[in-house]
Amino acid sequence: MGRPGEGMKEDRKARINRLKWHCRRALLELDLVFDRFWEHYEENLDVQGEAALEKLLEQEDHDLWALVSGREVTADPQLANMIERLREVSPAANFE
Amino acid sequence: MTYTVRKFDAVIVGAGGAGLRAAIQLSEAGYKTAVLTKVFPTRSHTVAAQGGVAASLGNSEEDHWHWHMYDTVKGSDWLGDQDAIEFMCRKANEVVVELEHYGMPFDRLDNGKIYQRPFGGHMSNFGEKPVRRSCAAADRTGHAMLHAMYQRNIKVNTQFFVEWQALDLVRDADGDVLGVTAMDMETGEIVVFHAKATIFATGGSGRIYYSSTNAFINTGDGLGMAARAGIPLEDMEFWQFHPTGVAGAGVLITEGVRGEGGILRNSDGERFMERYAPNAKDLASRDVVSRAMTTEINEGRGCGPNKDFVLLDITHLPPETIMKRLPGIHEIGLQFAGVDCLKEPLPVVPTCHYQMGGIPTNYLGQVVVPKDGESSVPVQGFYAAGECACASVHGANRLGTNSLLDLLVFGKSAGETAVADLGKSGNAHKPLPQEAIDRTLARVDRLNHQKVGADVHDTRLSMQRAMQKHAGVFRFKDMLAAGVDRITEIEQEVARTQIKDKSKVFNTARIEALELDNLIEVAKATIVSANARTESRGAHVRDDATDTPETPDGRDDKNWLKHTLWYREGSRLDYKPVHMKPMSVDTIELKKRAY
Repeated sequence: MGRPGEGMKEDRKARINRLKWHCRRALLELDLVFDRFWEHYEENLDVQGEAALEKLLEQEDHDLWALVSGREVTADPQLANMIERLREVSPAANFE
Repeated sequence: MTYTVRKFDAVIVGAGGAGLRAAIQLSEAGYKTAVLTKVFPTRSHTVAAQGGVAASLGNSEEDHWHWHMYDTVKGSDWLGDQDAIEFMCRKANEVVVELEHYGMPFDRLDNGKIYQRPFGGHMSNFGEKPVRRSCAAADRTGHAMLHAMYQRNIKVNTQFFVEWQALDLVRDADGDVLGVTAMDMETGEIVVFHAKATIFATGGSGRIYYSSTNAFINTGDGLGMAARAGIPLEDMEFWQFHPTGVAGAGVLITEGVRGEGGILRNSDGERFMERYAPNAKDLASRDVVSRAMTTEINEGRGCGPNKDFVLLDITHLPPETIMKRLPGIHEIGLQFAGVDCLKEPLPVVPTCHYQMGGIPTNYLGQVVVPKDGESSVPVQGFYAAGECACASVHGANRLGTNSLLDLLVFGKSAGETAVADLGKSGNAHKPLPQEAIDRTLARVDRLNHQKVGADVHDTRLSMQRAMQKHAGVFRFKDMLAAGVDRITEIEQEVARTQIKDKSKVFNTARIEALELDNLIEVAKATIVSANARTESRGAHVRDDATDTPETPDGRDDKNWLKHTLWYREGSRLDYKPVHMKPMSVDTIELKKRAY
């Protein structure tokens, strides 16, 4: 048997990995934004954040980019908060 | 390691435009069809295609498939196969109308017909004047196309395996293709998809370059799998570049920025295009601008700490003009360069955009290889379409809006040919060769057990930087030769990558390592093929290919009017003739490609 809490940690890791894969998008712009997002949030995205991101990722790519680039706004506060976080992460110096 | 086997009539790898179009054909014919895809179908990179799809419908003005064919042959710098090009241009109207019937919301004229707009390189009357040939759905053509075709597939019961990574092609001792091995990302389970027809529609491989407009999913999985199974890769030296991608990110800066008065500057602040194109300056054609930018960087006048980009300056333009005429540019500058382009210039570099080469196919969508003295013999059970395939319709350079046409025409064609072949085959599947499956298991097993080795991220970055430096938009003899050595070194590192995360469920580190196995094959094919081709043609431009009466703009038809074939084994090169004879019309004779 593992240490207490280990199972939960494993679960979180699997959930985060799944979310990370769902951040692989059709548009490079979104890939780059999510790449930066995970650099900042991989270790400290809470359960509410996970839920908000999951909901956001259901958007079509062009709609998602319109939100992230500020051309469109959403009335959904949960999504708006996540968009805000995506816009906040400062541009990294080196993308791959 | 364990695996299970699932039997299908057909397995299609990739659910972008080409894969979805092929699947419709097979499912409608009643064949049990599996489509494997890394991401949800409507998140395939086809989404990024905005320009439209070319078809000589003639809805706004007179047009003809023969004129379209001429433009495509000329655009290809005569490397395109004229039979395949005729086939594609003649089929264009049919596949566009079909798409309309699937529910594609094309923009329309007042009379209800599909609206068509002009696009670079598409002309009427054999190159006379621009013609309106592109059919679009606002700026979301690719996306709308995927939706229409996905819905159609649901209707005809195509079975989708979403978030599955295809691993290897299964080929038996006769060379026949019997399916693929694949991994379910959700569980890490390995399954052999045993099929009588296998269609690759895996898209492009633009992530071999450091600066690329391609999404992260474009890792050349189909090309890697084909190469490992002994199938050659065709014309891999030909990559289309766009002059202005944001340095370090790859995001495209539209040509409209220079159209509105944007100026390219080097580290001295000099408007260097005045030296290269005194009349057109910053508005010179894409290849001229890309070459000038590369020369500035190579001669030490690049900007930034590594002197590896130039600047696109629009700070002299009124902010209202920028915000009104160039929507999105300000945000792109802020997001991807950390630059407010109203106050500071944008860092830009020539950026990889589209792969003209790929898995060799004919116009029927069959994968073809040299065998017994013949240059193009079909591999039984194997088909390919879209950017991963080389039919070859784009030759040395692709025309805009021909890529969406390519995936519709050849997606359908591959599907139709597979249906015809399935009709001729018996009910039984050929037995699976154990050694092909074992090779996949060994590859995955190595990753599960390798404890000391190269980091996947670092190795990929080394490869991307090497490709950008040695085989970018403008190529130099010594750089290419050194690039072959460098990529061969990196190939050794790829063979011993290690991942720290050994978990099974959605292990993205493992997926990235498996993708790198594919990328390195594409990178090697590209650099070796480019090093060998000592002429300039289309998108492959070499500094040492001189402009003479016999070799205009460095194009050497006497020695190089031929397709390259790169084989993984021994990194061997072979060549095969270009099909100069169309299906029904006269050959479009060689001449200098000038616009």
